[in-house]
Amino acid sequence: MEPRSPVARSIGLGNYVEWFTAPSTPTVVTATLVFTVATVGGAMFLGLGLALLLDRRLVGRGFARTVAFAPYVLSGFAVGILWLFMFDPRYGLVQELLGFVGVASPQWYTQRPWPLVMVIVVYLWKNLGYVALIYLAGLQAVPKDLKDAAALDGASSARTLRSIVLPLLTPTTFFLLVTMLLSSLQSFDIIKAMTQGGPLGSTTTLMYSIYEESFVNGRAGYASAVATVLFLVLLVVTAVQMRFVQRKVHYS
Amino acid sequence: MSVVTPRRPRRLPVGSYLTMALATVVLGLPLVWMLLASLKSPDELYQLPLQWLPGQANLDNYAQAAQSVPLGRLLANSVGLTIVGASLKVVLGLCCAYALVFLDFPFKKAVFGLVIATLMIPPQITIIPNYTLVASLGWLNTYQGILVPGLASAFGTFLFRQHFLTLPRSILEAAELDGAGHWRALWRFVVPMSTPTVAAVALVSVVTEWNDYLWPFLVVDNPDKMTLPVGLTLLQNIDGMTNWGVLLAATVVVTLPILLVFLVLQRRLVAGLTAGAVTG
Repeated sequence: MEPRSPVARSIGLGNYVEWFTAPSTPTVVTATLVFTVATVGGAMFLGLGLALLLDRRLVGRGFARTVAFAPYVLSGFAVGILWLFMFDPRYGLVQELLGFVGVASPQWYTQRPWPLVMVIVVYLWKNLGYVALIYLAGLQAVPKDLKDAAALDGASSARTLRSIVLPLLTPTTFFLLVTMLLSSLQSFDIIKAMTQGGPLGSTTTLMYSIYEESFVNGRAGYASAVATVLFLVLLVVTAVQMRFVQRKVHYS
Repeated sequence: MSVVTPRRPRRLPVGSYLTMALATVVLGLPLVWMLLASLKSPDELYQLPLQWLPGQANLDNYAQAAQSVPLGRLLANSVGLTIVGASLKVVLGLCCAYALVFLDFPFKKAVFGLVIATLMIPPQITIIPNYTLVASLGWLNTYQGILVPGLASAFGTFLFRQHFLTLPRSILEAAELDGAGHWRALWRFVVPMSTPTVAAVALVSVVTEWNDYLWPFLVVDNPDKMTLPVGLTLLQNIDGMTNWGVLLAATVVVTLPILLVFLVLQRRLVAGLTAGAVTG
């Protein structure tokens, strides 16, 4: 673990050229894209569903909320270890539960694309409660008379959701989209605990490759170039956010 | 026929209850399973079909984990670093926000701009230069190496500033009449009027410090200086996946303290963790 080369010499943009032409780069970009889109999209979709459910006056919803949020406060690395056990091909709970419904469990550890699916599932489990809670706060800010008026007009609850609630939630959705994008692109702990980027680099995201290049392969310069690429991606996300927050999403 | 349609009688929303029950089980089961597994003997763990409850709860796995890695030392390190780190973050954040709100000094806008900028620069991006710096200071495998680079918390400063802006200026005049300097004004007047925000920032800092992984993992490879999550990595490398009971016992030690903090102080902690949605 020594990311310093003994002698520093300038190689101009060499590291960037290398990254853009390296045979491993398409794999890394694909893994990053799949991981990011699946985790962000999945967490938003499931989180909204959970929030809509918990917005109803159900007995025990406070308990459900607590259970859903709990994983969010836990150590990502510990969560990774815990789920590695859940996914154990022989003695894991996942294969047992899949067996109950008559589905053969795939080789979660070794057979692509299942390792990537596995880390995505764990990331969703950890972050779902956060998304649901923010959406819940947004839902509770939707004026009740608007919903009542829609109901009086004979709108179905699906129609009310589509035409009234979701548009009013746009600022919340946008905030969550950006927050989740930023944290998903930087996620490291779960991947480190579960797959170490493997097998065959199939779970090596941009963030993980920065760690691997600098602290495993000892190439600090090259890794810094990759870090700059990631930083630019994150910067674009932030810039888009600031633009949109000013222009599009406003209701008052 | 009456013009007014009669109210639909309330029916029990069975579907909603079933969905909620299912979601709760799916989300909560892994944690229960972890706790149960940490109490099982190897025979009970590696048995098909899976056995749900341990025959008799025993703490052998915990004892064995403590033999492979210095579990007590790791726990002490984590507790100490979390308390010191979170306290310093809160104090520095309070001081910085106090200056930004209540003092006039040149380039104030620029300083605040810098705070916002650090809020936007993702911490994971800076690991390589930070590592090089900490290494050149000779701080690898030291507590200050783990602690110092993360101390300036833009998150805390930002939230404190937002709150201080809502405080009436007259409290500072009152403090001045009392003959209080800035230090006393901050602690005797401003902080007591900000307890919910201070509590929220403190709790969030406790959770982030405790769970922080990548940075302490890079800086420390001496088991005596490791925090719990880093020690879990060591245990994973030693025991591998051949000894799930031991590994899960250590996982319980990492997660249970924060879980308890969460259960006891849920409302304040959630308020802090979701604060970005309100301010951002």
